[in-house]
Amino acid sequence: MSKDIRIKKGLDIKLVGEAEKTTKPVKASSFYVIKPEDFHSIIPKMLVKVGHKVKAGQAIFHSKLDEALLFPSPVSGEIAEIVRGAKRKILEIRILADATQEHHDFGKKEVAKMSGDEVKAHLRATGCWPFIKQRPYDVIANAEKSPKAIFVSGHNSAPLAADLDYVLAGKEAELTAALTALTKLTDGNVHVATKKGGNSPLANVAGTVSHTVSGPHPSGNVGTHINKIDPVNKGEAVWTVTAQDLVIIGEVLLTGKFNATRTIAVTGSQITNPAYVTAIAGASIKDLVASNINLDNTRIISGNVLSGKQQAEDGALGYYDNQVTAIPEGDDYEFFGWNKPIFNKVSTSRAFTFSWLTPNKKFDLNTNTNGEHRAFVTTGTYEEVFPLDIYPMQTLKACMYADLDEMEALGMYEVAPEDFALTEFVCVSKQPHQKIIREGLDLMLKEIG
Amino acid sequence: MSLKSKLHDIKEKYKGTKMAPAFNALHTFLYLPNETTHNGTHIKVADDLKRTMNTVIMALVPCLIFGMFNAGYQHYLALGEIEAANGFFGASFWSFDNLILGAWQVLPLVIVSYGVGLAVEFLFAVIKGHEVEEGYLVTGMLVPLIVPIDIPLWMLSVAVIFGVVIGKEVFGGTGMNILNPALTIRAFLFFAYPTWMSGDKVWVHDAVNRDQLIAAGENVDAISGETLLGFYAKSGQELTIAGTNGGSEIITTYGDRAADLYSYWDMFWGLIPGSVGETSKFLIIIGALFLIFTKIGSWRIMLSTIIGALAMGLIFNGVVGAGWIQESSKFFGLMNVPFWQHLIIGSILFGAVYMATDPVTAAQTNKGKWIYGFLIGFISIMIRVFNPAYPEGVFLAILLMNVFAPTIDHYVIQGNVKKRMKRLKVKTA
Repeated sequence: MSKDIRIKKGLDIKLVGEAEKTTKPVKASSFYVIKPEDFHSIIPKMLVKVGHKVKAGQAIFHSKLDEALLFPSPVSGEIAEIVRGAKRKILEIRILADATQEHHDFGKKEVAKMSGDEVKAHLRATGCWPFIKQRPYDVIANAEKSPKAIFVSGHNSAPLAADLDYVLAGKEAELTAALTALTKLTDGNVHVATKKGGNSPLANVAGTVSHTVSGPHPSGNVGTHINKIDPVNKGEAVWTVTAQDLVIIGEVLLTGKFNATRTIAVTGSQITNPAYVTAIAGASIKDLVASNINLDNTRIISGNVLSGKQQAEDGALGYYDNQVTAIPEGDDYEFFGWNKPIFNKVSTSRAFTFSWLTPNKKFDLNTNTNGEHRAFVTTGTYEEVFPLDIYPMQTLKACMYADLDEMEALGMYEVAPEDFALTEFVCVSKQPHQKIIREGLDLMLKEIG
Repeated sequence: MSLKSKLHDIKEKYKGTKMAPAFNALHTFLYLPNETTHNGTHIKVADDLKRTMNTVIMALVPCLIFGMFNAGYQHYLALGEIEAANGFFGASFWSFDNLILGAWQVLPLVIVSYGVGLAVEFLFAVIKGHEVEEGYLVTGMLVPLIVPIDIPLWMLSVAVIFGVVIGKEVFGGTGMNILNPALTIRAFLFFAYPTWMSGDKVWVHDAVNRDQLIAAGENVDAISGETLLGFYAKSGQELTIAGTNGGSEIITTYGDRAADLYSYWDMFWGLIPGSVGETSKFLIIIGALFLIFTKIGSWRIMLSTIIGALAMGLIFNGVVGAGWIQESSKFFGLMNVPFWQHLIIGSILFGAVYMATDPVTAAQTNKGKWIYGFLIGFISIMIRVFNPAYPEGVFLAILLMNVFAPTIDHYVIQGNVKKRMKRLKVKTA
């Protein structure tokens, strides 16, 4: 049962600094940082103290609400520092890596012979559970509930995103093992969507339902696939896993080692030679970009320009991220910037903005908001870049006035903040859509659960 | 020190004070601010609300300039000092004299509209501590275009204050209002000062003044400035025109007189009396195409309004055709107007292109826009035909539909909600 999904509404933002398809060697980081805020809504309870030695894969904290939800150290080394903020909230756990990495041995498993419960228990014990997220609410999956389906996106359509066909090449064994494990976790289907015309090792794995997608961003967003294939209804849950995390899960199953190594795309106009590097989750960004970056007034982002997180110069790669982007800061005034003709910025209108003349041009966009924050005024612009069968502006407004019934009716169970990244990008009123949706989801999680 | 850094220093100095919004409003007109994104998307589109509003203003400029020429042209034509222009490029229309007189009358309207309106906006921004929002940029331009040329400036000021405060600021400012502020201003004028907003004396410059002089016994020629709608509304009635410069009296009907005075092309080009900026259908269509091309105006609303107007026009033509209405009826004149002609008389096109499309007060869903626009067109023509006192219904129809737009959206969105509920039922069944 293979389906072809064609997305018409959307927008490809073409930027300067796409990664060249070569993997460059970089020196391994000596410091790794785990940020509990990467795991949304989790309150960490530490299992280790400063000075403790840990192996890669060994748990360093668990969720306050669920002792069996373990978060592993990506490397072996010593806990160097636990950075706390207001009310002693844990902001960062810094780990000084050993020169030679030691992995905790979880034992090899033969997935095909395992039951669903065994798979679940093993993934939780090995610290792989945080890779499995759920909709509704876009948080780490609730293991007590069985999902109606599991979705994996094998296509990343975000600006400058890592080409999954490239980074997954040669990982067939791990991917197959992990997908087989996922099929045990649900009574429904495991849906895998890959780029039409691509050559993905994820396509046509036995036991999964393969789909192909085409069209502009967000055609690669898993939220788009869920909406088109099997939307989430009230009371239901679907789980999602990113393709690169499947490799980590697969390796745990095949070798017994937790190895959070990914191929990372280092991209953006401030990067001298954009290319791929291999790095472990939590690695210091300084080591990834080395001397390959222009640091003069630069925004460093872990992730892509639409949904990534801003990092300081000495920041770290996010736990889930497979991309680092560096773009110029836009903290300067522009004379008559609001009415002069604009050729060097992206726009979806044609109001003396001329990006429609050059559809293939790659733009060097900066972080300027290009205008001030306003109330919602224009209509119809979001719908042009929003392929889900949901009313975006009405949903955002429902979140802003916190009407739970309306949020539920309008389809909040189906969405994640990243689904509203493009509407936020095109917003003339410069509203923070992703934040509004995140706060709306948090409210629902708290009130409805 | 450059201007840029000087202004930056002033901005930092006044940050957080009461006057900050007022300064920022002026500052951001000169410079796009240095604000950067935080979290969420790190990049943003080039467009902001100022650019959006500015695009609408640009679409209105041709109408404004034409309105100035037309003001002078109608005045001199009524006095018999110039020949009727032959087509859009007629020499007697684009004359310097017309422009001077028109500019002298129209520019004060523009200045008062912007001056008073923006003063109210700044005041509210400073009191409430929010930034000055751009909504009034378009409203301020629309207002002078939809009033009679000779309207006293104090009246305009009172109406603008009413429109901005009651029409917009009490709801929370740009983006929150229910009624179109420009039309609120128009409606206020219409109901507060009806003698200045209707009849056959207000549409041509100096007509009112001369009427008063004649009443005072002075020997000047009267100017009549009936709009076409006025003519058509009374088309069967007899009309006596006093001879000017010693000519003999002419006895005719209003309908025949309109046909004598104006051809369809005159109506299309806009060489007719009316509110300042709404007469030239040609320039409105150009403005509409510009708005649609720039994706600022909603083509759905424009198109569906026209369809609605034509539909109502056809129904009325059908009523006349079927013989259900007598020629003596006071509604016969406008009902008998061929349906397509409704588009070139009155201000239906101006309303459809610049008023109905206001995104804040229009329906917000794409399906809703079709319904909303259609009903505006439909009701506009209905009011036009059935309102004996004032044969133009566009602004009333748009205000009415402004009120109903959220209801239309509600039912459109319920369609989406029901789909979701149905999906859930199928699953659980």
